[in-house]
Amino acid sequence: MTIIPQGARSTWNSLPPVARTAIPAVLLMALAIAGPQLASGPTGWLPITTLVFCAVYALFSMGLNIVVGYAGLLDLGYVAFFLFGAYVAAWLMSDFWYTRSIHILDAAHKVIDPTTHQPVSAQGIHLSFWIVMVVAALVAAIGGVIIGWPTLRLKSDYLALVTLGFGEILPEVFRNADFRTVSNPDALNLTNGTKGIGPLDPIGNGFLRHLTNGVIPKAVTPSDYRAKYYIILIFVVLFVYVSIKLRGGKLGRAWLAIREDELAASLMGVPLMRTKLWSYAIGAAAGGFAGTFYATTVGIVNVDTFIFSFSIIILCAVILGGMGNVWGAIVGGVVITWFNYTGLVWIGEKMNSALGTKVKLKDYEFGFFGMILVLMMLFRPQGLIPAARQKQVQELERQIEQQEVVPT
Amino acid sequence: MNGDILLDAREVTVQFGGLTAVNAVDFQIPTGAIVALIGPNGAGKTTFFNVLTGLYTPTAGAVFFDGRSVVGLAPHRIAAMGMARTFQNIRLFGAMTAAENVMVAMHPHLKSGVTSTILRLPKQRREEKAARERATELLDYVGIGGTDEEFAKNLPYGDQRRLEVARALALRPKLLLLDEPTAGMNPQESAAFTSFVRRVRDDMQLTVLLIEHDMKVVMGVSEHITVLEYGAKIAEGSAADIRSNPRVIEAYLGKAATEGVG
Repeated sequence: MTIIPQGARSTWNSLPPVARTAIPAVLLMALAIAGPQLASGPTGWLPITTLVFCAVYALFSMGLNIVVGYAGLLDLGYVAFFLFGAYVAAWLMSDFWYTRSIHILDAAHKVIDPTTHQPVSAQGIHLSFWIVMVVAALVAAIGGVIIGWPTLRLKSDYLALVTLGFGEILPEVFRNADFRTVSNPDALNLTNGTKGIGPLDPIGNGFLRHLTNGVIPKAVTPSDYRAKYYIILIFVVLFVYVSIKLRGGKLGRAWLAIREDELAASLMGVPLMRTKLWSYAIGAAAGGFAGTFYATTVGIVNVDTFIFSFSIIILCAVILGGMGNVWGAIVGGVVITWFNYTGLVWIGEKMNSALGTKVKLKDYEFGFFGMILVLMMLFRPQGLIPAARQKQVQELERQIEQQEVVPT
Repeated sequence: MNGDILLDAREVTVQFGGLTAVNAVDFQIPTGAIVALIGPNGAGKTTFFNVLTGLYTPTAGAVFFDGRSVVGLAPHRIAAMGMARTFQNIRLFGAMTAAENVMVAMHPHLKSGVTSTILRLPKQRREEKAARERATELLDYVGIGGTDEEFAKNLPYGDQRRLEVARALALRPKLLLLDEPTAGMNPQESAAFTSFVRRVRDDMQLTVLLIEHDMKVVMGVSEHITVLEYGAKIAEGSAADIRSNPRVIEAYLGKAATEGVG
């Protein structure tokens, strides 16, 4: 805490509260918008693909922040909601149902035969990304309520264990939801098993193209990561707004009250079950959004993505950033994602070329994340950007002032 | 004090395994009264509170509040009916501000839903503004005005006790349950608290039930006293009745005291 000079700190604290919120928000926003310009080539310190994933995971960790940070419900199976979102996208935006002869196409995906100028036969379900996203969020939210209904009666550690179980079971269910065998190739198949579903449609922009008179391309091409990034960024900003508004309102207070003292909250008229379910539903919806983005960005949905360690990485992001603070969740999500996708490899290469070593830093990924968790818990349990930052800074200042008074 | 009964507990029994914590206690609170529940440690007072507020379901017996049975209702429903309490060991929401602590207890009275909160509809903003003003008023009323933005955990002990009362009052209770409200207070503070309880009762037109160990406070404030020992009611009546009741003296001071030895 001694890095920032005392003078700068008191100047900062003398600013009106609006400015203290607005300045970091504007800076962060500017940085986010400038992101693609800062991005490097595919082997540099920040490939644009990594940037896209940073935004996806920021959205995801903001969702977990509602569950763990606001309502204090330790959910170790949060990956389940990401999985719901991704599979909904896979089902509704690919040729997957072709073999079942289920075909639904939206207008943007009508394939016109170039010679006959007639629509050719439809394959599978191809809905617009924007519709799928809403469906995915709804499915994830309903999934959250279904998982939450029996489990949210449990207290702290037990809840963590049961959610961990759900996080393990769901990917297995999806892995095994392909009953086809050599002798029975027509059996029920919901997920393509370990092969996964793909390719997924790109993000369509039909209506945006119409609105902007054709400036925006009809669909985001799979390699146009810049466009993908900005689309995701819009939803990140939207969810920041939703998080902050909810936190400041009746529901947010009830969440925090439950986190602080569940029993006292219920005796003050807070309905525990309903309030917890809301946090699950909204957190899950954010997870569903993120899952849909992830699926369309990667272009293929494979069950091996949604393993337990995924939940832990996101939890790590929320803890690193600061539980209960939306800015913390974003910073944590971005930092952890960067390390996960690029940082470790990049730092490892730099280290190897400087020291002449041959260490594969990426192999120590989980050791690294574990270390972050332990170090954070030891030295800064409130996270990089704690929820009660302002107050703590003031408290610290007060203590410093008192210490300065004593010797004289 | 129109003679109505606000709370009517009949033959309430609570057993934990083989232990009978509350044994067939009959207990009535007239509307508008200040009633004290006293007894030696472990007499079952707090257990009885927990039955009233819905934390425990009684093994046997019935509890009627405002004419409705509350046995088996979830605590938040009973709270919304107008029963608010404070705690023996302060249970505030530490990492929330004092104003937010108070506003949590307005939960049953605030109507705005999730959508109107996200969209910040005018109705929701008006409601929030009114709630915040009410919180400020209540903090003022209990004597900790200006602490709105302080975190509850950073308040001094005495202020935390006051904040608990403010939070309970935010529920707009008909019945206010105070569990050892003067624990940790010095005699001056306790005396001030006695008049404060009366003032709250008169201003807010509510009924007060308190558990208290400080006999000065009990005798000073209560219009009616019920004494529990080993989970059973051993006496009830006015302060004067209780003071001279041999069973009560025995419970507190031992049998020898009543036989006039020494």
